[in-house]
Amino acid sequence: MNTETDVADKLSAKVTTFLAEHDPLTTDRIEFLRARFDAGLAWVHFPMGRGGLGLPPGLQPEVDARFAEAGAPDNHPRINVIGLGMAAPTLIAYGTEEQLDTFLCPLWTGEQIWCQLFSEPGAGSDLAAVATRAVRDGDHWVVDGQKVWTSSAQNAQLAILLARTDSDVPKHAGLTYFVCDMTDPGVEVRPLRQITGEAEFNEVFLTGVRIPDSQRLGAVGDGWKVANATLNNERLAIGGGPVPRESGMVGVVAAAWRASPGRRRPDLHGRLMELWVESEAARLTGQRLRQKLAVGQPGPEGAAMKLTFARLAQRLSGLELELLGEEGLRYDDWTLRRPLEVDFLGRGPGYRYLRAKGNSIEGGTSEILLNIVAERVLGLPPEPRVDRDVPFKELAK
Amino acid sequence: MTELNLLYTDVEGDLRRTVRDLLEDRLDPSAVNAMYDGDRTVVDPLWKAIAQDLGLAGLLIPEADGGVGASVREAGIVCEELGRAVAPVPFLTSAVVATIAVAGSGQELVADLAAGSTTAALAVPFTTAPDGPLPALVATKGAVSGTVSSVAGALEADVLLVPVDESDGLAIYSVPVAGATVEAVASLDMSRQLADVSFGAAPGTRVRGDAADSVRAALRAGAAMLASEQVGVASWCLAATVGYLRERRQFGRQVGSFQALKHRLADLYVGVESGTAVARYAAAGLAADDGDSEVATAIAASYCGNLAVTAAEEALQLHGGIGMTWEHPVHLYLKRAKTDQLAFGHPGEHRRRLADLVDLPFGSTEAGERQ
Repeated sequence: MNTETDVADKLSAKVTTFLAEHDPLTTDRIEFLRARFDAGLAWVHFPMGRGGLGLPPGLQPEVDARFAEAGAPDNHPRINVIGLGMAAPTLIAYGTEEQLDTFLCPLWTGEQIWCQLFSEPGAGSDLAAVATRAVRDGDHWVVDGQKVWTSSAQNAQLAILLARTDSDVPKHAGLTYFVCDMTDPGVEVRPLRQITGEAEFNEVFLTGVRIPDSQRLGAVGDGWKVANATLNNERLAIGGGPVPRESGMVGVVAAAWRASPGRRRPDLHGRLMELWVESEAARLTGQRLRQKLAVGQPGPEGAAMKLTFARLAQRLSGLELELLGEEGLRYDDWTLRRPLEVDFLGRGPGYRYLRAKGNSIEGGTSEILLNIVAERVLGLPPEPRVDRDVPFKELAK
Repeated sequence: MTELNLLYTDVEGDLRRTVRDLLEDRLDPSAVNAMYDGDRTVVDPLWKAIAQDLGLAGLLIPEADGGVGASVREAGIVCEELGRAVAPVPFLTSAVVATIAVAGSGQELVADLAAGSTTAALAVPFTTAPDGPLPALVATKGAVSGTVSSVAGALEADVLLVPVDESDGLAIYSVPVAGATVEAVASLDMSRQLADVSFGAAPGTRVRGDAADSVRAALRAGAAMLASEQVGVASWCLAATVGYLRERRQFGRQVGSFQALKHRLADLYVGVESGTAVARYAAAGLAADDGDSEVATAIAASYCGNLAVTAAEEALQLHGGIGMTWEHPVHLYLKRAKTDQLAFGHPGEHRRRLADLVDLPFGSTEAGERQ
């Protein structure tokens, strides 16, 4: 008796029943999504009653595929990446029953979009150095400070926020994690224009923002621990089903090669084939990781995948410009746009080249990810730290 | 279409442990070192233990023909472990390449190979790519003449399988080594020492005609299994270097705590993970006779050939002075890795082949402009 197959069959039957009871083509979109959440088919690895069924996460792609085949409305996952990928698992790990009741369902349906108020001008790779202050005022906290690199802030109703609640203790110990209402009058969102010309990210200024204590996640002073749960999920996000060969950047570059026999040169061909092979290696590594996940052997290799992705995207997008010759000197559009998602393939090659530079910075720089792989996967010792035991207020700023 | 399984199965895990235990028990790295000074006494007993006692010589031969009836998935595990130990045994050359070259020929030789009582080698230069030029010797009335240089596995072989040019195509003849001149050559990798072989009207047996496809299939499997060996080499280099950098102290701290060094090892880890995935994909594809297996082999050969060299070179550098010594085993891995990079086709040759297979041809500029 294969219990794994058994579970998958039962899940498949559940999807069939759900689709029979809720016509995906005629049911109101939000109503349909709420019902799917209530049925535990939102994220099957979440607990019962919280949008899930307590099953292995590897079973989710098949469920998503079934809903897509049936023409069901989706929850626009690409515009709520922070909510779905980071806020939700952190809520599950640290949220109170009341917080889960309040936040989870509208998060999943996309009725509420989330953003992340973590990074600051003075706290990038050293995230534990955040200086935004939260001061207790009765059953509220009053927050003042500045955040940066906040994607979707202009579109979000809620944010996960890391703030300093105690400056008299070392930096990791003085942080607390909150859910912040982005519609509070003390929240000001300013677009931050990037090298691509668009403003995908924002600066967020917090002035006297009031957050009820009921929106604190985890204990006062436990913010670092909670934030790490968030960040681990960011790097674990592999998701999805099988990726076909020549998906993404390598496909674009291969198409450019095929389309322009007149510009072929031996040096470009050598680099093309090298990157083609490396892209396949990355694709198969991802496939292997998904297979591991499906049989319940998740590893810390997500960080490694992100490293490879960034490196390949940068090298491929650079090669694409060179393959294009004169055409590679043009740029599609410098106007200040406010995109809600990154559209690598819909924009021009110049945009791809410039935007890919961010891949090795956002979500943990490649240098920090290499540290993570070296220390957590390979077990190498950390660098000595001079700030670990010093009260935050005494650190050189 | 079901996706090929890129994970190691439980059975494969058991096989790995069996091979690793035997190698840990029976192979001292200093015995491999001694091969560079001409002492090859380690080879025969170790090969007998693997080929006959563990029965791995017949891994790829069907049970009906006296073998184990396993696939290249399992052979890949053996190659990984042999690579991890730079084991000086002719598994790849005899139990994979030579065996596939004569598989299904119905010759008595197949049963002897399965039993491990006969060891064979395909008489082609070790650098021969699966789609590269093949040597073609001549045979007159069953007597083979000609020379082939840089043959791997010939020194351990009882029988040489010789590609012979016949009027209607390529044939394979088997020639007992007693009838050939097998001249050992000083090799970069003495743990797989090469030999120049020559035949002066050596009596042979015609194993099969129309054999070009068999030879190329054998070389392709060789390239795919070599990728697994390279993953084993790279894994050892990574593990040994991580271990060393955790112990070694300079400037009052473990040198593995320096970012400049740990980043290099993290990069290497990423490479080993990718190498494992592509090598498994190639092995699984060949085992399943998947339509993509030629592409899969070229990817694995291209990727893992360079990976093992990078791993060995990084291992040597990060070991510092001790890595340059004869005493420390890292040089054995460097020599194996560099040699393997050229074996069964250089990574660049595999990429050139891939370019044709995946429709990314290199057309000359002039030709392009005429289109």
